[in-house]
Amino acid sequence: MFEYAPAPESRAIVDIRSSYGLFIDGEFVDGEHLNKSVNPATEEVLAEVTWAGSEDVDRAVRAARKAYEKVWGPMPGRDRAKYLFRIARLIQERSRELAVLESLDNGKPIKESRDVDLPLVAAHFFYYAGWADKLPHAGFGPDPQPLGVAAQVIPWNFPLLMLAWKIAPALAAGNTVVLKPAETTPLTALLFAEICQQADLPAGVVNIVTGAGDTGRALVEHPGVDKVAFTGSTEVGRAIARSVAGTRKKLTLELGGKAANIVFDDAPIDQAVEGIVNGIFFNQGHVCCAGSRLLVQESVAEQVLESLKRRMALLRVGDPLDKNTDIGAINSADQLARIRELSDAGSAEGAERWSPPCELPERGFWFAPTIFTGVTQAHRVAREEIFGPVLSVLTFRTPAEAVEKANNTPYGLSAGIWTDKGSRILWMADRLRAGVVWANTFNKFDPTSPFGGYKESGYGREGGRHGLEGYLNV
Amino acid sequence: MSERVAVRKTYKLFIGGKFPRSESGRSYLVQSANVSLASRKDARDAVVAARAAVKGWAGATAYNRGQILYRVAEMLEGRREQFVALGVPADEVDAAIDRWVWYAGWSDKLPQVYGGANPVAGPYFNLSAPEPTGVVAVVAPEQPALLGLVSVIAPAIVTGNTVVVAASPAQPLAAVTLAEVLATSDLPGGVVNILTGKITETAPALAGHMDVNAIDLTGVTDPSLATELEVKAAENLKRVLRPAPADHDWSADPGITRMTALLETKTVWHPKGT
Repeated sequence: MFEYAPAPESRAIVDIRSSYGLFIDGEFVDGEHLNKSVNPATEEVLAEVTWAGSEDVDRAVRAARKAYEKVWGPMPGRDRAKYLFRIARLIQERSRELAVLESLDNGKPIKESRDVDLPLVAAHFFYYAGWADKLPHAGFGPDPQPLGVAAQVIPWNFPLLMLAWKIAPALAAGNTVVLKPAETTPLTALLFAEICQQADLPAGVVNIVTGAGDTGRALVEHPGVDKVAFTGSTEVGRAIARSVAGTRKKLTLELGGKAANIVFDDAPIDQAVEGIVNGIFFNQGHVCCAGSRLLVQESVAEQVLESLKRRMALLRVGDPLDKNTDIGAINSADQLARIRELSDAGSAEGAERWSPPCELPERGFWFAPTIFTGVTQAHRVAREEIFGPVLSVLTFRTPAEAVEKANNTPYGLSAGIWTDKGSRILWMADRLRAGVVWANTFNKFDPTSPFGGYKESGYGREGGRHGLEGYLNV
Repeated sequence: MSERVAVRKTYKLFIGGKFPRSESGRSYLVQSANVSLASRKDARDAVVAARAAVKGWAGATAYNRGQILYRVAEMLEGRREQFVALGVPADEVDAAIDRWVWYAGWSDKLPQVYGGANPVAGPYFNLSAPEPTGVVAVVAPEQPALLGLVSVIAPAIVTGNTVVVAASPAQPLAAVTLAEVLATSDLPGGVVNILTGKITETAPALAGHMDVNAIDLTGVTDPSLATELEVKAAENLKRVLRPAPADHDWSADPGITRMTALLETKTVWHPKGT
């Protein structure tokens, strides 16, 4: 491994306040319960953030309702579009600031927040901005209508990107929103609130209520919301589906995954290995569509594993703000405990564990990139979503067996195929029960491309023309 | 010469292309006939049959599925009088026939209308296409007995789903007779399965079944039952179509939402390069 001098991105670009209130009706309002948001790479406290109670949530929903009825609903689409374009531009202008804050609060490498998250966030607003005055052409009838107030609850793995996936289509379609960011990563959403102010977005169109599970529950169960959109674990998704039963709230869910990344013997091995690494170690494996099950054809298994291990030894784990860092910090102590528990179960159940020699910082939450070989389909590491940098390796002999194993999961979010044979890609793609299939690539995202799962990975699509459907009365 | 003694029909369930009695051996008297009273076990058997039929039906070409739905219309046309004799108004039978024809034409068009290429910002081929969600449980509307039934079955199966239908308890004869039409229309066994009996008995079994992908609650009129079924459906995150409003106009243009609600969108990426 080459020795690189540290190349830290400056954090001076971000001005973090010591404490944040809730963003309701266009203003920051102080709440009662303050909690700390920490930098997972150092355990340093970044700021104190308000955890909204049910009364705060109620105020936010009422502000959103008023804005929907008085301002945003009646506003012509072309004007809604202009506000969204404005927001897209402001995000581009302040992208480094947002990227640094994202890496500080989340622990992801600056390389990813700067080059993946932020460009996609801006692109998402830019894309949906253009839909705001073209809804009659979206294929949902001549005059599709917004739903009203959208309650949106997002996870901590891509805090700002998930915010964009939720807010941009909702606003383009004419809804107003109350969004709850994850309790461990609230800061970029609060900076986004400042951007809404800077854009002169009418008060109440976007409301941000920070907090944990109780805040989220109060929001999705509020009788004043017309739409619930949730990204997170399947377990919480199920609870939300139960809680909206019997109401007329429209629900979209983007939940867990346990994607198979399938490598055939004719695949270009080096490219496939890059894809495997990107599939599971991108964003520390905190990715619902991560390629967490490697299915490799038996005849090349040894060769692929050897290359993979060689490649893994070159991954740099460490300071998220260092521009050379490949793998940053695990987002929280809780998540680290979960990854450890499942990895220990992998060893206990008889799979063979391997990590490259890798020095981890003493403070903060860290987990070395890890693979398990000799994994069977019955092992917990092959069945349960680990949501960390842990790859389970299984083998197969025939394409039919690969399909059987890939689909042998209650999830169905994504899948990967690596082969040089075009007809086999299409044959496999037809049979894989997953919402996104990456062939000879992995973890690619685009605002025009619908994303979402089959089976227990949830329902509804985000992105593209399809992404409007969840926010219209169709 | 004595008058000829008519041969009466036994009304049974329709599961896997066959007409079994309820495994429970029960029936109930309705519309002057003894109709099978399906049990939870019958519901589970119907799901097994529906699941077994998914691979062939979803894998059939859209052209093939379209022709088979059209064939259903042909067979129904030939049995108009039979439905009228059961008390279905003639114009309702006509509307039901026309609805099969309308949906038949959708099989090879919906993927073009609902899917397509996505202009991603990079050198990638990127295509979204709809796919059937799998096995769909359907609570058919209580009325109109035939048009309502056809209007919930056709949009589910035209895209490649298979269905288990809980027929209207008060007017099951049209459903069983429709099963006879389906059985003679080249529709593979198990694509449509029809249960007669109590909704309160079969629907909860279907809503809680872990091998059912979606549930259409259109015909559920009791709000508390609808909520109960939706809660059960959450267990494996079934796609849910909520009950239709009581004043729903079944003769109106159905639009495409009944079809799209039971579809998954699959997006495939591939790099471009030399």
